[in-house]
Amino acid sequence: MDTLVRQLSRPAVPVHGEDDEAYGNAAEWGSMGGYGNLSRTGAISGMTVPRVLDPISFLATHTDNLSTNPEAKIKLAHGTTCLAFKFRGGIIVAVDSRASAGSYIASGTVKKVIEINPYLLGTMAGGAADCQYWETYLGIRCRLYELRNKERISVAAASKILTNLVYQYKGMGLSMGTMIAGWDKTGPALFYVDSDGQRIKGNLFSVGSGSTFAYGVLDQGYSYDLSDEEAQDLGRRSIIAAGHRDGYSGNTCNLYHVRENGWEFIGNYDVSQEWYKYNEKEKKALEHAGKAGVQGGSPMAVEA
Amino acid sequence: MGDCSFGITGKDFVILASDMNAGRGIIKMKSDENKIRALGPHLAMAYGGETGDTEQFTDYVERNMRLYHIRNHNALLPPAASAWIRRQLAQSLRSRKPYAVNLLLGGFDTTTSLPHLYWIDYLGTKADIPYAAHGFGMYVALSTMDKWWFEGMPKEKGVELLRKCINEVQSRIVVQFNFNCILIDADGVHQLDLSASDPIADLSRAPEKAEVEVPNPIIAAPA
Repeated sequence: MDTLVRQLSRPAVPVHGEDDEAYGNAAEWGSMGGYGNLSRTGAISGMTVPRVLDPISFLATHTDNLSTNPEAKIKLAHGTTCLAFKFRGGIIVAVDSRASAGSYIASGTVKKVIEINPYLLGTMAGGAADCQYWETYLGIRCRLYELRNKERISVAAASKILTNLVYQYKGMGLSMGTMIAGWDKTGPALFYVDSDGQRIKGNLFSVGSGSTFAYGVLDQGYSYDLSDEEAQDLGRRSIIAAGHRDGYSGNTCNLYHVRENGWEFIGNYDVSQEWYKYNEKEKKALEHAGKAGVQGGSPMAVEA
Repeated sequence: MGDCSFGITGKDFVILASDMNAGRGIIKMKSDENKIRALGPHLAMAYGGETGDTEQFTDYVERNMRLYHIRNHNALLPPAASAWIRRQLAQSLRSRKPYAVNLLLGGFDTTTSLPHLYWIDYLGTKADIPYAAHGFGMYVALSTMDKWWFEGMPKEKGVELLRKCINEVQSRIVVQFNFNCILIDADGVHQLDLSASDPIADLSRAPEKAEVEVPNPIIAAPA
């Protein structure tokens, strides 16, 4: 422990970012890693808050995280679809890749799955910067936990660190809706954490403006006993359904699978390409079923 | 506010029931979230209100109740616990960021063998009453309890009344609710399975199975 403390309190040598070979040297972690306002122990030394009597209502008049205040100078635009679900073969995490600012598509190649460490994934909805920054910070805290306790952190504990953290800033304009998924000694675990300070454990979640559309496909196709291929397909299909219906989601789908030995990136799929592929396949199946006496026709079919 | 909870006292017992929904806006993300917390061997609360605040405040109360128990070898009795919780909410209300949490506190006083139920809201209002509701339950089921509650109800009648309230909420409120239910008596905090035809009989048949894990075991007073 003393060695560790000595290592951590050694003057900073900013070498982080040179190579992404993770967790090489403990001294390069935490505050040494180059995250501005974190203290040497990795604790927050204090985020800058407006120096007025009531920073919460001050920020509310200037930021617009709920898209309800058109007068606000700072507008946080957000549209996204993320989903994750537990099943027999682990956890599937699927997200879209669109970043929108109002009606403008700012980017179509955003990585909305944040790889916290080889066993933990976080998804990104709401403020991209908030999610990216605090989930990276969560990665630091998880690594420190690992060094101090010689044991990997549980998903429950990791998600609790994040909730307690965002709860401190409740009402000050943080905007994030995230799912923390991973595998720990209790098996697969999935939590939903948002900037209200809410933290719920569950088997199936979808977050973002397109979540309703994703739920529509996901809920109807979900079963705990899905095979790996079926589950991956369901995750991908749900994101594609959302990408098709929700104007603020789309472009591509990123798919991850969490198993006992950590997460695996399955692939990146173009939403419109996949949509037409699925549409053709599913229409054929429905028409086939229709011939057998069942009413066919997809309500979401594109007009010819 | 989409919460709904009930509390009913009777002869030597108090029942607490709470809905199990969790979500954001119009989306229900979970329908089996436990919103009743055991605070001691004979004390529990059903809570609702602002998301985030609820969990944080409940954790805070639970740990303070446990601290008191460890320090004094006796758990805080329901009247004292209710006063402490109310005061925390009243002080919080006058802070920069108040906890917006409403709760029903149920407990069994082991010194007088009397059940207690307290209705407490985020403004620091506290009422010591025989039956109570928070959230949607206040609109439709208070009158149900006014009509069918009576002094010294046996446990079976308590469950029957709770079923009436739940039925009323489920038939008159647009939101769909599942309910989680506990019963506190001289033996401690027990889980009630409302889907069973006679949850009280199940409770006496396998009491160890129905027990709710409390944050601290009963510590024997030092000799």
